[in-house]
Amino acid sequence: MNDILKIADKEFHSRLFTGTGKFSSSAVMKQALLASESELITVALKRVDVKDENDDILVHLNHPRINLLPNTSGVRNYKEAIFAAQLSREALETNWIKLEIHPDPKYLLPDPIETLKAAEELVKLGFVVMPYIHADPVLCKRLEEVGAQCVMPLGAPIGSNKGLKTQEFLEIIIDQSTVPVIVDAGIGAPSHAAYAMELGADAVLVNTAIAVSKNPVAMANAFKLAIEAGRMAYNAKLAPIKHHAEASSPLTSFLNA
Amino acid sequence: MASFKDTFDTYNWEQTLQGIFEKTESDVLRALGNSKRNLEDFKALISPAAKPYLEQMAQLSSVVTKKRFGNTIQMYAPLYLSNECNNVCTYCGFSATNKIPRRTLTNEEILKEVSFLKSKGYDHILLVTGEANKTVGVDYIENAIQLIRSQFANISIEVQPLSENEYYRLTESGLYAVLVYQETYHQEAYKKHHPKGKKSNFYHRLETPDRLGKAGIHKIGLGALFGLEDWRADSFFTALHLKYLQKTYWKTKYSISFPRLRPHSGGLEPKVEMTDADLVQLICAFRLLDEDVELSISTRENELFRDNIVRFGITSMSAESKTNPGGYVVEEQSLEQFEISDERSTEEITQMLKANAMEVVWKDWENNWQ
Repeated sequence: MNDILKIADKEFHSRLFTGTGKFSSSAVMKQALLASESELITVALKRVDVKDENDDILVHLNHPRINLLPNTSGVRNYKEAIFAAQLSREALETNWIKLEIHPDPKYLLPDPIETLKAAEELVKLGFVVMPYIHADPVLCKRLEEVGAQCVMPLGAPIGSNKGLKTQEFLEIIIDQSTVPVIVDAGIGAPSHAAYAMELGADAVLVNTAIAVSKNPVAMANAFKLAIEAGRMAYNAKLAPIKHHAEASSPLTSFLNA
Repeated sequence: MASFKDTFDTYNWEQTLQGIFEKTESDVLRALGNSKRNLEDFKALISPAAKPYLEQMAQLSSVVTKKRFGNTIQMYAPLYLSNECNNVCTYCGFSATNKIPRRTLTNEEILKEVSFLKSKGYDHILLVTGEANKTVGVDYIENAIQLIRSQFANISIEVQPLSENEYYRLTESGLYAVLVYQETYHQEAYKKHHPKGKKSNFYHRLETPDRLGKAGIHKIGLGALFGLEDWRADSFFTALHLKYLQKTYWKTKYSISFPRLRPHSGGLEPKVEMTDADLVQLICAFRLLDEDVELSISTRENELFRDNIVRFGITSMSAESKTNPGGYVVEEQSLEQFEISDERSTEEITQMLKANAMEVVWKDWENNWQ
């Protein structure tokens, strides 16, 4: 089936986006990322030495299928984010940027005000902006208006593996959005990912759940399959949920008498 | 100035200690079962009643650490710039009354030491000095930071307490973190161990993290020097300090260190012993109190302890450290602040981490964004 996800000028066959943090070694990371068949992989700029061609992480991501998605993790305001994005574009030769602005280093929750400001500016500077944000439907529309090419609302606090705690708001965002919706953060199990896809998310981003698993390669594969299944179910249209049973002795049958 | 002093002064050392010792098995079980833990849970977890649950604490701590930090350990190296010091501290090799040759590194010497550390792979560095404001004041420290800024992704300092304006100035120059240990939160003991010099002012030191928070520093490192007073009470006050700071300066990151008294020139015997099991219990208790705080272990601890503790709670460590100015290459034989215990090379430590299926993180910051 031709079910391709398009963001800006790029087409993706896989709806699983992944990350590079928390793996026990770069070799394990590479194996897991290949098993996931992910085509878009995020890497924290603060973790790599962009000046070093032999940077251990970057070397392991050098693969024809993999598109790099540098992220601004660690910046605290829009100025730092813009500076980091420009540094990234120059060094890594990509104008894609995952915008993460979390002034709070504990829960890493995104700052909506700084993110909107940075997104507006970065779009003007020619970036493909993928903003990590709260599952806030109004903020998503505002980001769309300033030209963000997708939105990345969180399912639960990052790294928490708690699943789609923000479901009510994700459903509104999916309903209203004219750009792809990628559920980012909080997805802890393939079932969470499948569920996000069934709800109509365009893609999900998973890192911790794969990296910290006892068997990251097998877990990457499990996520790949779950996302394919969830997407297939979404396209096939789920059967309606019945909220009540049919009574054995109907109360309104007298109307037909 | 509103500060931690206001909170701290409402506590009493003896009552706090008694409160910890009164914790029961059911307090411990409740603390273990909670998904969010408070300072009362922390007291239970460091109490004698928690000792039988040490393995369970370690297992939980391992799971929680992995969730946030994954299978990684960050590496840093200390660089001692000077052993000049006007303070008298009973436990320290650099104490003003110790008759040792004093040395402060020149720019040329700093760069020599730096090139050695760079050749080992370090990208995070901790600059250390004593307290000698005339020769090693804020100008000297600022100069050192600017001198090495282009070579390190992340620069921290462990020096005398400074003013808010001075911290702000250093942050602008590229400083990332400041480590400032209270040593002990017991006021009389603090006075006894710091009889002379600027450091003898207990509250000036206690309020230093407030000045750092106001200056907008990225990270503050806290700790107590174990051996001076009861480790349980000192740890509780460290945790209280941490919680206060996290709420007040919410944009700042925090780390906790666990120095135990080590032998040094003119040495002091620990008044209160802290066993390996005690230290394991404390590290786990901090991790269970706070899933996101950085926990750091230095080369003060021995090989066996370090090889094991990296598996359940610790997220940052040093290796091959020299605690004397010039100790890496410039003047290897000068007198050190304390003897290190784990003398293995950086390569040996990274091999050990690999064998534990841990990835070494050399770089986790970008010094050029600000």
